[in-house]
Amino acid sequence: MSTEFLSGDEAFAEGVRLARPDVISAYPITPQTVVVERLSEMVADGSLDATYLHVESEHSALSAAIGASTTGVRTFTATSSQGLLYMAEGLTYASGGGFPIVMMNANRSTALPWNIYGDQRDALSLLDHGWIQAYAVDAQEALDLALMAYRIAEDERVMTPFMVNLDGFALTHTYETVEVPTQEDADRFLPPYQTTNRFDLEHPVSIGFSAGPDTNDIFKYREHERMMQVFDVLPQAEEEFAEVFGRRYPGVVDPYRCDDAEFVIITLGTVAGLVHDVVDRLREAGTKVGCLRLRYLRPFPTEALVEALDDAKAVAVLEKDISFGHTGTVFADVSTALQGAHLDLEAYNFIGGLGGRDINAADIETIFTTLQRGDTDTLHFLGMGA
Amino acid sequence: MATTQKIIWLGRGGQGAFSAAKLLGAAYALGAPDHHALAFPSFGPERRGAPVRAYTKLSDAPINDRSSIVQADFVVCLDETLNDAGVADLLKPEGEFLLVNERITDLAREVLGREIVNTALLALLATRLTSLDCSDLERGIEATMNERIRPKNIELVRRVFAQKDELL
Repeated sequence: MSTEFLSGDEAFAEGVRLARPDVISAYPITPQTVVVERLSEMVADGSLDATYLHVESEHSALSAAIGASTTGVRTFTATSSQGLLYMAEGLTYASGGGFPIVMMNANRSTALPWNIYGDQRDALSLLDHGWIQAYAVDAQEALDLALMAYRIAEDERVMTPFMVNLDGFALTHTYETVEVPTQEDADRFLPPYQTTNRFDLEHPVSIGFSAGPDTNDIFKYREHERMMQVFDVLPQAEEEFAEVFGRRYPGVVDPYRCDDAEFVIITLGTVAGLVHDVVDRLREAGTKVGCLRLRYLRPFPTEALVEALDDAKAVAVLEKDISFGHTGTVFADVSTALQGAHLDLEAYNFIGGLGGRDINAADIETIFTTLQRGDTDTLHFLGMGA
Repeated sequence: MATTQKIIWLGRGGQGAFSAAKLLGAAYALGAPDHHALAFPSFGPERRGAPVRAYTKLSDAPINDRSSIVQADFVVCLDETLNDAGVADLLKPEGEFLLVNERITDLAREVLGREIVNTALLALLATRLTSLDCSDLERGIEATMNERIRPKNIELVRRVFAQKDELL
């Protein structure tokens, strides 16, 4: 293990190196570029034994990754924003085919207006495409998720592609201290990829076939079932992760001081750190507040979320995303979970950080104030006087 | 209660403002297990010569707030043309402003052979921070700088520490 001062992108590249992918297929886009630059350097200098495909577009990047995965090898790609949207067609091919590709997505705003800065509209708009989606809070978790993603995606019960999300710039371009594990430890945690879902002359199978109305729904049902297996597979994998690396992760959600909390901000990604700071400050003043960070958005952590909100009177979902004409996408999912559990609490949605706008401590305090006071409007936009 | 020091770096693309911000973070954070740092550039497209900002946060506790610094303990300015009326607004009332001057530029030119003042100003800043000494900066140079330019930059850091009173 070594302690290094790395950006989120650099840390993630280290995690991918330790996972020993066989094929990396990528097209560069800000703020993802550093990841694929580092990986290409590692392949060039021999520190990573992989085939690196610098393709001509994101659509090709994912298509090539799918092709590589059908031969039974470990595969990586990375993108962001419009690049992810351009990949969208391929996303359902990968998930429907059960190809456990790992992708890093640098969360970035979507055009128009064109903007390279961070928000979460890109990935959240694609929650329905059958990929596991996790969101990192810092560079250490980003590196660790690179290893965890392969472990979960390639589990024979899951066999589902995995998208790890890093907030553009706030995480991808921010430098901090990161523990980089040894290759030996990484190998202990992550065994080589083995699958029967591959082209094999000894055991011929049909891959990438069509299925008519008489059988298609069975495949979709099974795809859903595979994704839901994450709830069973993750706790054991995180337990083993803690044994090997000494870092323990809390599962699909990360509750912070939620135990007796009456007012809770539910959020995802790096901004949760800032919410923790404000929670600590308000707790000192005697207010019962908490933060619930959604680490996984797919599968959606309904049970863990409901459990963490036991004592809550009001919650706010803070997200860098809006589904135009409705609410934030995360809020819609949270509302479904709350309704299913018949929880009697007020729920509000705060949209912030769009196009890279800073979210600061005063914004978080405003949200908690609204939760305590109550409001007639459900949907609020930070910084818009609403 | 955690003690956090916030530094804003002002420079132009190519002057190494972000390199200095990062080096400072590495020098501090790699020094002890309870040292934490974040270093980040003003996010966005990069152009040589355009005004850029970079930020460093140093703390004895983990730093959760990734928002940019509004009011800093130190503002370090690498380019005289960026020293305008707005600079004062970036500082806390008790904050300190470090501006490049002729003596710093001369020393950087003498040691590096080029008028790149980021390391010299970084070292001068470090002399004002109780939490960092010369060996910390040398470690930061080892961790973040290209091998080729390390020796001259280490020499420059040592010279600044030795001559700090003449440079301010």
